[in-house]
Amino acid sequence: MSIRSAVPATVILIWCSVAIIAPLLPLKPDEILLSKILIGPSADAWLGYDDLGRSIADRLLMGARTSLAVASSVVSISLAFGTFVGIVSAWLGGWWDHVIVRIIDVFIAFPGILLAIALAGLLGPGIGNAVIALAVVGWVGYARLARAQALAVKHREHIDAARALGTGRWRIGVRHLLLLISAPLIVEATFGIAGVVIAEASLSFLGLGVQPPAASWGSMIRDGARYMLVSPHMVLAPGIAIVLVVLSINLLGDRLRDWMDVRLRP
Amino acid sequence: MLRFLIARLASAMVVVFGVVTIVFLLVHLVPGDPVEVMLGEAAQPADRESLRHTLGLDQPLWVQWGRYIQGLLHADLGVSLHSKRPIVEILRERVSATVVLAVAGLVVAVLIALPLGILAAVRKDTLWDQASMVFAMIGVSIPNFWMGPLLILVFSYWLGWFPVSGMGGVGSLVLPALTLGTALAAILSRMTRAALLEVLGEDYIRAARAKGLQEGTVILHHGLRNAALPVITVLGLQLGALLAGAVITETIFAWPGIGRLTVESIQSRDYPVVQACVLLISLGYVLVNTLTDVVYAALDPRVQLHT
Repeated sequence: MSIRSAVPATVILIWCSVAIIAPLLPLKPDEILLSKILIGPSADAWLGYDDLGRSIADRLLMGARTSLAVASSVVSISLAFGTFVGIVSAWLGGWWDHVIVRIIDVFIAFPGILLAIALAGLLGPGIGNAVIALAVVGWVGYARLARAQALAVKHREHIDAARALGTGRWRIGVRHLLLLISAPLIVEATFGIAGVVIAEASLSFLGLGVQPPAASWGSMIRDGARYMLVSPHMVLAPGIAIVLVVLSINLLGDRLRDWMDVRLRP
Repeated sequence: MLRFLIARLASAMVVVFGVVTIVFLLVHLVPGDPVEVMLGEAAQPADRESLRHTLGLDQPLWVQWGRYIQGLLHADLGVSLHSKRPIVEILRERVSATVVLAVAGLVVAVLIALPLGILAAVRKDTLWDQASMVFAMIGVSIPNFWMGPLLILVFSYWLGWFPVSGMGGVGSLVLPALTLGTALAAILSRMTRAALLEVLGEDYIRAARAKGLQEGTVILHHGLRNAALPVITVLGLQLGALLAGAVITETIFAWPGIGRLTVESIQSRDYPVVQACVLLISLGYVLVNTLTDVVYAALDPRVQLHT
């Protein structure tokens, strides 16, 4: 593995393992130390304390858990649902395909995470609603991609052959179609994780994601922005964490795309 | 061309219709009784009934939907629950600020992306190329809710060059536009590089060089012109992300536009205003996308052949 993959891969690995083992670590993300309010980084607390005197390092690690949990659930839901819809649309064709394509067009017409912000706002703040809101917006991209890919391979000979041999619909769908079109979907999902990490942090930044005292990188930046003049360290740590994770995922996604040799983007 | 235009407009109308329907349904997603959520639990039953009636929530869903469409056709989006003013009036006050910010963000993005993308393509595989692609990679990875506060910290607090927030004068536009435009600049510069590289390999570029034209003329007139189409398409498609980014950017910089209005209305549970904001921004996006397609077709004669 080249250094250009090794560095981002290490970052992702640290992010995932920290997120998974965070509850086992001796962290006190909610412990308020009034004597430490807004105290900057020092030898014993290497990222300092926030406006309530909570350890920023501990909150950062718990925030990793939030972002991984949201990102993995949103991407798996969107990927599964979107792929299913896309394949069904391409497979059935005709009137069904027409209607599904229109629905996809309508969802794509909502810019970026605007719909997610509105949805999360209407459903009420909370991590579960944030996941729902992001998945409602997220499935469309996968549906469109899966449909386009499925249309391209639908009439290949091996599928005709499988059908001639009397293979069941589901079996053809999964073994002969899904497997064949999975590479671009996996690449898209990789970039999707980066997108959801930012989106979750955006919702939390707006106060629509995780609720206090739970930690999210987005809400840490939100809290920190108020005290930026006196203690910029509150904003710096979570921001750098987001950029590192997102940058690493994007870099790996690029490598993955080259490796799988799929051309998704213009 | 006319047939293309009609087909494109027809499909845009279908999308608009769908967008309106989803936005209409948004308020019905509020868990529990929306009236109770809006008024709070302490409200009098009579007040609830009156609000329910004002919002038309006592009617069947399809009647409400019909009324909503009818209202839209008469440019009537209802009344804000908070200020009791007509929503159309509120939007009218706010929309120009968002348009100004979005255009400024777009200008920033193009001003950064074009030189960077051209430089990367012309000096392919040099340090320039790598540096500009590193910028592109970092640019898409920096969330604007982090970039904004950082810019404020450096350029407002430390250097004192620009105001911290609010709208007034050109100076106040610089930081929000930078915050909003950077991600788009990153995507555009990658796109410009890729499109230009593809074009620079063409025979007519070699012919232009063989004619003895200056390299600058070759790149700008023969290269960039032909590379413009995919770049314009991406620009149109990315405008949606730009508009959504305005929601956060406006919140950070207290910019009095539609985005900030959206967040304020979510916080004050003024659902009809949230609805109207989402509708306005989305329709703006549909409009821009349709225009992009039309411009694309007008610029590239090959597009018509396939429609």
